[in-house]
Amino acid sequence: MLGYVVKRFLNFIFMVIIASSVGYFLASSALSPRGNYEAANPPIPKESIDAVLNRANVNDEVPFTTRYVKWASNVIQGDFGEDLEQNRVNEEFSRRVWVSLRLLLLGSLLGATVGVIIGVTSAVRQYDLFDRSSSLFAYIILSTPVFLLAVLLKFVGIKFNDSVGSTFFFTQGEYTPGFTGSSLAAFGDRLQHLILPTLSIALGSISFYSRYQRNTMLDVLSSDHLRTARAKGLTKRQALFKHGLRVAISPMATFFAYGFGLLIAGAAFTETIYGWYGMGQWFISSVGKNDINSVSAVVTFTAVLVLFSGFLADIILAILDPRVRSRA
Amino acid sequence: MTVDNATSVERISRGQLIRRRFFRNKSAVFGIYVIAFMFLFAFGGPYIAQWSYSENDFSSLLQGPSLSHWFGTTQVGVDVFAQTTRGLQKSLIIGLLVAVFSTGLSAIVGSVAGYLGGRTDKASMWFVDLMLVLPSFLVLVILSRFYQGKSWLLLVIGLTIFDWMITARVVRGLAMSLRERDFVRAAKYMGVPTRKIIVRHLLPNMASVLIIAATLNVGGAILAETGLSYLGFGVSAPDVSLGTLIAEGTSAALTYPWLFLFAGSILIFTVLAVSFIGDGLRDAFDPGSLRVKKSVK
Repeated sequence: MLGYVVKRFLNFIFMVIIASSVGYFLASSALSPRGNYEAANPPIPKESIDAVLNRANVNDEVPFTTRYVKWASNVIQGDFGEDLEQNRVNEEFSRRVWVSLRLLLLGSLLGATVGVIIGVTSAVRQYDLFDRSSSLFAYIILSTPVFLLAVLLKFVGIKFNDSVGSTFFFTQGEYTPGFTGSSLAAFGDRLQHLILPTLSIALGSISFYSRYQRNTMLDVLSSDHLRTARAKGLTKRQALFKHGLRVAISPMATFFAYGFGLLIAGAAFTETIYGWYGMGQWFISSVGKNDINSVSAVVTFTAVLVLFSGFLADIILAILDPRVRSRA
Repeated sequence: MTVDNATSVERISRGQLIRRRFFRNKSAVFGIYVIAFMFLFAFGGPYIAQWSYSENDFSSLLQGPSLSHWFGTTQVGVDVFAQTTRGLQKSLIIGLLVAVFSTGLSAIVGSVAGYLGGRTDKASMWFVDLMLVLPSFLVLVILSRFYQGKSWLLLVIGLTIFDWMITARVVRGLAMSLRERDFVRAAKYMGVPTRKIIVRHLLPNMASVLIIAATLNVGGAILAETGLSYLGFGVSAPDVSLGTLIAEGTSAALTYPWLFLFAGSILIFTVLAVSFIGDGLRDAFDPGSLRVKKSVK
């Protein structure tokens, strides 16, 4: 088992290096920070532009390999450099990372647990009312793009506030600026801000997981080993919990990993629409500002998250399924 | 058994059987109707509309749905109905093109990797893994600089490049099992070149999977395109898509909901219909698949 973990971990490190380098390369070739200054009126002297670009290590007249080596050697030491306004990228990163992680972790945990429960329940009660209505609901949500879902939820939230005459759902920002009150009240305030953005992210993953879980569970329910378990004299419930669930849940681990990548893209929309200053919103605005270093930082962050959840999924899969362990 | 008996048995081909199974599926038929309606609406709508998307009706700015403007008007008096048909046209075309191209690409990569195996397989699957690590959405936003303001066909290429990996994996798995089948081996030992084996023997045997994947990819492609367009990284002016329409409408969504609700619901219905059709096709081609299996009681 330990050998397997080490092997997966080395693969994880290797893929992170490749993915972040590819991200840096793409950002450097597509974005042109020089363009920010060249169009200025009155024109800025070329020397000053070069000075700014050199300071941030994004001068397109310096060979790419030189810039890359400098960037990579800093990143290995945990330093993502500066943006064009001479702010440390790391500072911005640490300010924003928890905003996004809170949204992503809540969204994915909620999505996975509720989704798996709905999926299992509707598989066990195939074709009854619950199964049919949850399937239809999942189909509709999966056909709704995240941005539309976020906008619709915001719309419904504001209408709800209007009809009850007080603000229950907050639709802008993470917390009320200048909020005064006890820490409990402040927590409640944050919670009220959190509900709609989290729902916009979680509803999609709930539907996604419930569909897949329903399918794998149906597969398991008709499998031979479950019939054997019943033949042995276990009750349906015992057979389901002891022999069914474990097999049915393990494929979900892989989806959980790759689902994270989708969630990050979803967070970009949710953060933009609800005015959260998280990683996704940072990414969108940095691309607009031709800020190569910030864009690369977000891409690296994403690669680490996706690959790390993939790594975790491999480990969970190995714990649940002994065959995976022995194969490695 | 008599001759009479044999003739009374109805003989149907596999194609007829699939068609019959498909049309028995209510949600799939519903999907077909919705998609047919959407095409009619997108391409026939402009002929029955009283206004064109380039006209401004200055006598009615920001008016709700009415007899002369069925979906209402925008801030500058443009007819929302005309705009929506135009946006839907672009979204449908992009969705179809991306689905066809990306499924074609995954068929080629997947079958070559699965059939040849060995190093080719390892290298291409490693490449697929790498492409899956970086969310295609982020990469497309970064690369938007290369296609923005130019032809929307470049956007189609971009979406295609990042939408083939998962299907390619499925195709590879199928190719690996087909490789071991007798008819493929026979062809190989008779000296049929690899390219011909793939085109003649592998791809036709995966046709059902490819058709299903292509259908489901239409929905995915439409979602990806509208998402990028919503943030301003996809279809750009003068072209419009459902994504740009919704983006323009959401700023004033609360007071003037018609600006985005029509485009939004058309988008949801289109993608929903496509996935109903895709699932209907899957059930029709492969009734033994786990989706329709009955559970043990």
